[in-house]
Amino acid sequence: MATSTDTYAVPGVGAGLLDVYRRRYLLKLIVRKELRVRYRGSVLGLAWSYVKPLVQYVVLFFALGIVLRVGDQIPNYALYMFSGVIVINFFSEAFSNATRSIVSNAALVKKIYLPRELFPVASVWVAAVHFLPQLVVLLAAALLTGWHPDILQLIGAALGFVIVAVTATGLGLLAGAINVFFRDAENIVDMLMMIVTWTSPVLYDWTMIRRLAPEWVLVIYQLNPITVAVELFHWAFWYPTVNRPVELPPHLMWTGLLGLGMAALFLIIGQLVFRRLEGHFAQEV
Amino acid sequence: MGAAVIVKDLKKTFNLRHSHSLKETLVWLVKGRRGDLTRKFDALHDVSFEIQPGETVALLGFNGSGKSTLLKLISGVILPDKGTVRTKGRVAGLIEVGAGFHPDLSGRENVFLNAAILGMTEQEINEKFEDIVAFSEIEQFIDTEVKFYSSGMFLRLAFAVAVHTQPDIFLVDEILAVGDEPFQKKCLAKIKQLSDEGRTLVVVSHDLDMISRICDRGVVLSSGTVQFEGPAEEAVAWLREH
Repeated sequence: MATSTDTYAVPGVGAGLLDVYRRRYLLKLIVRKELRVRYRGSVLGLAWSYVKPLVQYVVLFFALGIVLRVGDQIPNYALYMFSGVIVINFFSEAFSNATRSIVSNAALVKKIYLPRELFPVASVWVAAVHFLPQLVVLLAAALLTGWHPDILQLIGAALGFVIVAVTATGLGLLAGAINVFFRDAENIVDMLMMIVTWTSPVLYDWTMIRRLAPEWVLVIYQLNPITVAVELFHWAFWYPTVNRPVELPPHLMWTGLLGLGMAALFLIIGQLVFRRLEGHFAQEV
Repeated sequence: MGAAVIVKDLKKTFNLRHSHSLKETLVWLVKGRRGDLTRKFDALHDVSFEIQPGETVALLGFNGSGKSTLLKLISGVILPDKGTVRTKGRVAGLIEVGAGFHPDLSGRENVFLNAAILGMTEQEINEKFEDIVAFSEIEQFIDTEVKFYSSGMFLRLAFAVAVHTQPDIFLVDEILAVGDEPFQKKCLAKIKQLSDEGRTLVVVSHDLDMISRICDRGVVLSSGTVQFEGPAEEAVAWLREH
């Protein structure tokens, strides 16, 4: 029989994320389903994802600028914060929905074999669709305040987006798989999402960390791929609008590539753990 | 030409866990892993058989005998603890009709989504779409959301999608109790047609009369082991005696 086994398939053992690429049509349909279901029965529909970031921007502008007077330290502070906030929004929606994705698709996971990586990947994709309107609001705000980026800065923004998407996919695979066995995972992730805004320079300036903490803390701080993505977004969308000297983190493109490396590491770990646990999904979920 | 499905020395054990909590696991670990956190249950052991291409095989047995577990192992939904399962060609598992249906999507959207879940490509779905809708006989409701369907309409559409996926190996679990008598006849005719086209069918059902009508062979399971293997009529007779 050994000669003919090469034409036989082992049921339930796939090629992981590669299978998601092979079945990208199904991925597209799942993403479309998620979007349809999200806005069912709502009059404004997808327009809500424009209203929400707009309100968020206005709140940042008034609350932090007029009340807390952040503008004294950070020029064009509303744009500074908003460009960081949308990175965090994208990351937390992608990561927390990916964490829940296997459990919430239990009906399918239990009954039919399909590459289960589809669900976390679809969650990240849906978050990316919701990221788009936020980017539009950001671009509008940037253009109103005299935005004139160079090509390298735009590449930096794209790199930042990829870093967040890859990190969220990797961590989403990891936490999504663990969540099947311990529902505690989704609570832990929710808690992490509260912290993540503060472990990156979103509502403050990175030089504050340098002032307060020793050198090695700053190194760890910069190893966080989300921090790198936030800094790349500042560089691309906020820095070109600033007309007084400000200090950017050094070697942004290099830290960007390092951030991409960290993101890839998360992706590899996530995929490995996911594959190890996947065999038990149907019976435990 | 070798067998379409090879099942060898299969063993599957389930953990009967009572909660999904990290706390309980930690307490158990701290206490030096005393006692069993989970109870174990052997759903299948030492199960071996082969199914030839084009055969229609019934898995028989009373509730809890391991039939559905075996079907899930062949479809790849769960993995064996010991032993191997090998399949040749595309497998479509109909473990439950309409598992991938979403109530808030229209019939049309659900057809596309489910056909893709069952492994069809975009082109195949576009080609087969008219046939699927015609088979289900619910043309006028195809753009209505599925949550407004009656259970009969829902099952018709789900079954129609499933039988048009053109798999080489077709796994069927208790789905032939679909709809009214005329539709059931149509489903059975379709199953016969699939079998005549040379597709392999593995059927789980409690409808013993139907099984002796449409199946070539029967495998009787009891407490997770194969008790009898032979022609469908004999397998049904064996089960009725025991």
